[in-house]
Amino acid sequence: MKLRGSIRRRLFFQLAGVAALLSVAFFLVLREVAEGAAEGTQDEILAASATAIADSLRSESGGVTLDLPYSALSMLGTVSQDRVFYRVTVAGETLTGYDDLPQPARAPQSARAPQPGAPVFDTLNFRGDDVRIVSISRRVGSQASQAQVVVTVAQTRQGLAAISRRITSTATSIGVGFFLLATALSLLAAGSALAPIDRMTGAVTRRGPQDLRPVTAETPAELVPLVEALNSFMGRLRASLSRTEDFIAEAAHRVRTPLATVRAQAEVVHRKLSKPEHKRAIREMIRAIDESSRSAGQMLDHAMVTFRADSLATEELGLGNLLTETCDRLGPTADLKDITIRRLIPEEPIRFNGDGILLQAALMNILDNAIKYSPEDSEITVALVAGEDLCFSVTDEGRGFGDMGLERLTTRYERGQNVGDIVGSGLGLTIADDVARVHGGRLSISENTKGQGACVSLHLPR
Amino acid sequence: MRIASLAALIWASVAVAAQGFEVEERVFYPAENEQSVLSIISTADREAFEPILLAFQSENPGVSIDYTITGTTDVMQAIQDEGAVFDLAISSAMDLQTKLANDGFAQSYPGAPLGRLPDWASWRNQLFAFTQEPAVLVVSTADFPGGITPRTRDELIAVLRAQPGKFRGRVGTYDVRRSGFGYLMATQDSRNSEAFWRLMEVMGRLDAKLYCCSGDMIRDVASGKLALAYNVLGSYARSQKDLIEGFEIIELEDYVNVMLRTALIPASAENPADARRFIDFLIGMGGRPELVSQSGLPAIDTTSFDNNTALRPIRFGPGLLVFLDQLRRSSFLKSWESALLQE
Ligand SMILES: Nc1ncnc2c1ncn2[C@@H]1O[C@H](COP(=O)(O)OP(=O)(O)OP(=O)(O)O)[C@@H](O)[C@H]1O
Ligand SMILES: [Mg+2]
Repeated sequence: MKLRGSIRRRLFFQLAGVAALLSVAFFLVLREVAEGAAEGTQDEILAASATAIADSLRSESGGVTLDLPYSALSMLGTVSQDRVFYRVTVAGETLTGYDDLPQPARAPQSARAPQPGAPVFDTLNFRGDDVRIVSISRRVGSQASQAQVVVTVAQTRQGLAAISRRITSTATSIGVGFFLLATALSLLAAGSALAPIDRMTGAVTRRGPQDLRPVTAETPAELVPLVEALNSFMGRLRASLSRTEDFIAEAAHRVRTPLATVRAQAEVVHRKLSKPEHKRAIREMIRAIDESSRSAGQMLDHAMVTFRADSLATEELGLGNLLTETCDRLGPTADLKDITIRRLIPEEPIRFNGDGILLQAALMNILDNAIKYSPEDSEITVALVAGEDLCFSVTDEGRGFGDMGLERLTTRYERGQNVGDIVGSGLGLTIADDVARVHGGRLSISENTKGQGACVSLHLPR
Repeated sequence: MRIASLAALIWASVAVAAQGFEVEERVFYPAENEQSVLSIISTADREAFEPILLAFQSENPGVSIDYTITGTTDVMQAIQDEGAVFDLAISSAMDLQTKLANDGFAQSYPGAPLGRLPDWASWRNQLFAFTQEPAVLVVSTADFPGGITPRTRDELIAVLRAQPGKFRGRVGTYDVRRSGFGYLMATQDSRNSEAFWRLMEVMGRLDAKLYCCSGDMIRDVASGKLALAYNVLGSYARSQKDLIEGFEIIELEDYVNVMLRTALIPASAENPADARRFIDFLIGMGGRPELVSQSGLPAIDTTSFDNNTALRPIRFGPGLLVFLDQLRRSSFLKSWESALLQE
């Protein structure tokens, strides 16, 4: 499976990215609006101040004079502690105030040219500071001696800068807070959007190995095609598995039964024949039939082991009973050779979670070997020990392994040189080894330490 | 400390060459182990300020102090027009100090320990007020026996109108054309109350005497030459109370203008670090009652404003520039003259 990113992470990062974008936009808009409002307020106060001054202009004995109203300047000090400058000119000559204070340039004649008498604003540098300047011009005096008077009021912008700093820091903290909140929420959203997937994963993983029923958990619309595909795949798998199972059972039956019939007929024929060369031919035929039958059985058993091992179904087993049963089943075969099976099986039950059928098959093959490769009238010791691990051991007094490569015996169809004319297919130890492995254990093959013979043991973890 | 003052070098009334502003007195307080020199231009008398200077010096032993005493307009002139270099300018003229700060002749001291001081005691981190000095009415004990005195301006007007014979030629106030303090108080009065102009009319009709300084008014009231003097500097009157007998100090109950003495660090200061330390010291004067009583300069005390709601500190801000406007000044003086000088 190739890992290609995580939907959760992608979802989260995209949502967080959108949140960041919105936060920045929010910050910019908030600051723009608030600073605009603050600047507007300063402009309004400046215009009010200039208007108040202009309103107190009067003409007196042919000239223009002015009683600077107290409120005109004091109102500028109410909001901030900014510096204030003013200038009144009559026909270009300074009447009073700061005579170096520039007057804002009239806006070029445009469609929205200010009406005469409307305040004109500008931002300039005066005495080392940025100042906001407003000018109002008025005509003062009677018809004959009218004079153009310009009232200019200016204020530095430190108060505005302070407000702007405050606005920026407020907007920043709101933006950051918004972003953090949105990020936390998108984390939650990503989680909850993917919850159905987690739920379905849980539902599928909790299933037993044999459970190939279609998935019926609640499915969000987006996942329906996937689940449908999965269900149809599982349906095909289920069909194919049951076909295999049927085949194995069927094949064993279909091969063994005719072979048994053929063998019985051959023995009848053998008894009837009298010529030794004919008898030998029939004996060889019988032996070939035995070999075929054995091979077919072992191959099918091996197939069964491989099949069951793929999806191991475990249940609680009593290992003592299992071993006793095995011994009982092979008792008749042992009796034929007058072999005694000594059973060293503890009284108290030894519990193990595993596949009973597989373990049974493994023990049968080990015990079968011991009986097969032992001489008549000998003894086989079968023991079950619960020590560091759980250990079945089968020790016989037979021919032993000699100096064969022991590790090769567990490979498929591999038989030893010591077999003589004993029938076999070379799959018994392979089966036992596979069973030990799928249960997390191992098979160990060694010589009998107390004299002649072999010792094969199957170890299972506790 | 006293030893240092003995060692002080004094130039009295030395007009230093190339300086247009008039120096009344210049005192040098050398440090025993001089590390730096703090030069101050101030309107406060030597008697008032010496205790403060010496106390500062004993806390900052490496600092020599060069203390120049001059008038309020001279402080303005020195710093604004002549570019004289001082590290600190201390003045009782709030309007002129405000104009200096507004016109860019002061530098900011952002971290000043304003702590307990009210908002109105500083402006732009450039002007720092350290005293509160009310303008009071001073009456002679002989003319107002038994403590029966006018409590408001309206009552004062009524008293004057009732006995023109008794008060003719025996009321005094500042000549606002000559005194900056008098002009500041009169302009603030004209803003606060219509009664002010009526009072000026009445005093004009009674042939009021005009003075340059609080000291002369107090002396004339105490001697009985004047029955009362209006808009006298209260802090000064209080310091004279122990020395001269025969006058009472009255804070009128309709309102009392409170002048704030301020310090600023000129933009051209060469030793702003010591100037800042000195401002810290001045601001902290409220915690040193002994200095307040030695100097006679009352430190800012917020509780006094809570106790007497008639006290109105004059507010810093561009409003103070209005009466400095030439046109406005001349029209104000015209009104004042027409009220007071009724030949
Ligand atoms: N108990 C034993 N004593 C001696 N040799 C043994 C013993 N068990 C196994 N062997 C040797 O190991 C070989 C592999 O055993 P395995 O059971 O896999 O095959 P098999 O017995 O020959 O055939 P089958 O598949 O029919 O059991 C045997 O051919 C034999 O040579
Ligand atoms: Mg075998």
